[in-house]
Amino acid sequence: MTDAQEHEEATMSNTLYDRIGGEAAVNAAVDIFYRKVLNDYRINRFFDNVDMEKQAAKQKAFLTMAFGGPHNYTGEDMRKGHARLVKMGLDNSHFDAVVENLGATLEELNVPQELIAEVVAICETTRNDVLGR
Amino acid sequence: MFYVEHYGVSFNGSIMYKLTIEEQTYTCQPDETVLDTLLREEVNISYACKKGTCHSCMVRSLDTIPPAAAQVGLKNTLKNHQHFLACLCHPEQDMVIKLPDASEFYTEGTVVVNEMLNRNTLLLIIAFKDAFEFNAGQFVNLQRADGLTRSYSIANTPQESNTLEFHIRRLPHGKFSAWLHDDIKVGDTIAVSEARGHCFYLPERREQGILLIGTGTGLAPLAGILTDALAHGHTGDIYLFHGSREVEDLYRIDEMRELAKQHSNFHYVPCLSGSHVPEGFMQGRANDVALATMADLKGWRVFLCGHPDMVNQAKRMTFLKGAASADIYADAFLVTPTG
Ligand code: HEM
Repeated sequence: MTDAQEHEEATMSNTLYDRIGGEAAVNAAVDIFYRKVLNDYRINRFFDNVDMEKQAAKQKAFLTMAFGGPHNYTGEDMRKGHARLVKMGLDNSHFDAVVENLGATLEELNVPQELIAEVVAICETTRNDVLGR
Repeated sequence: MFYVEHYGVSFNGSIMYKLTIEEQTYTCQPDETVLDTLLREEVNISYACKKGTCHSCMVRSLDTIPPAAAQVGLKNTLKNHQHFLACLCHPEQDMVIKLPDASEFYTEGTVVVNEMLNRNTLLLIIAFKDAFEFNAGQFVNLQRADGLTRSYSIANTPQESNTLEFHIRRLPHGKFSAWLHDDIKVGDTIAVSEARGHCFYLPERREQGILLIGTGTGLAPLAGILTDALAHGHTGDIYLFHGSREVEDLYRIDEMRELAKQHSNFHYVPCLSGSHVPEGFMQGRANDVALATMADLKGWRVFLCGHPDMVNQAKRMTFLKGAASADIYADAFLVTPTG
């Protein structure tokens, strides 16, 4: 293996998504996270009337994104995807609650605090789009 | 340097695979997904997110096992039947594919039993010349000569000769159920589609607890799943909660009680939501009684059939009680009031 290759492999396995555990981490987190969200009186009304099964796939898309994994959602997609919820009153407090549930999920899975902080930072970058501002 | 364009090999040397749908063959270019190819060829296929999230473009491989990456996130029963997401599939060999909305193949069957299970539910058994391929718990479309079509769940298991059993409730103003109840006789023929649906038993994790909740003729697929699980020697506890308003609308009560006597791991709980609740029945709706009875559903497999509101609510509640989302099965077809 050449130095260049070695270097490349090192950087590739250094993305947050890889360090957190990739798809396996998403699969481990999805049910725990979604159960917390549905149990959280502050935000669960936004998840009424969404089909559980379809929702599980969407939660995986959300987690993949938050973990810095591969996705092709644009800011515009995030705006459109949450516009219905903004009409229902989605605001900063709900956004914070989702991020809080995500943090608690990762703590439950023994993900180190530094990585959780990186996940939270990624979520922050979507705040204005999610809240349609 | 020169290139030889060989059939199936692109200029840069990567292999191109053939996709066959009904009589048509399409070539999947290198780097294309199955969805890309079909869209380029203007094949009519539903799709939306192109990211594996929405499952709109789910299709089925009829010959080879699809690449694992194209089955990520699908339920075990769908994987088992070689369903995959066209948008995530880079073929690894030639594939024969079936689109979800492809024209259905109907087989003629002959009615061999038609008798009442209770005051409004008909037991219909249809026999076929050859073995009918299905999993207990799946559903088929029945079709009348004029084209009127309805979905009904299969209530028996494939081990029982070449027959399909159905439980058909007479619905108010239901054209199709009235036809089955009033006009169909033993010896008549009915057109039956291929079996569909992913709500069925897979003989794995035999020690796993199984929770079955059904209302009305929602018992049909659950009875099939139950028989199948017991026939496969399932060792985990199996709970069946069957509900209706009045005791006259339940059926197979004695048979289920008998089965529970024979199998110590099977528990039958008939539920009545009306005000008159005789001895031996639980008061309340089947899903409420089930959730009050089961302390923790962590690690359980759950099957839900019946009224769509009950199914939706029970999906969420069993999930919150600990069942994994991948272990909750419910069929997607709705019981239309005009049925
Ligand atoms: C933390 C930043 C967030 C990100 C990165 C995010 C990401 C996503 C993604 C990727 C989807 C799937 C879109 C699709 O393919 O259909 C989605 C859907 C959804 N999100 Fe978010 N989300 C965020 C915050 C929130 C918040 C704060 C709420 C509400 C409290 C929320 C509620 C929902 C709901 C209900 C859906 C499903 C929409 C539907 O099916 O109609 N999200 N989100």
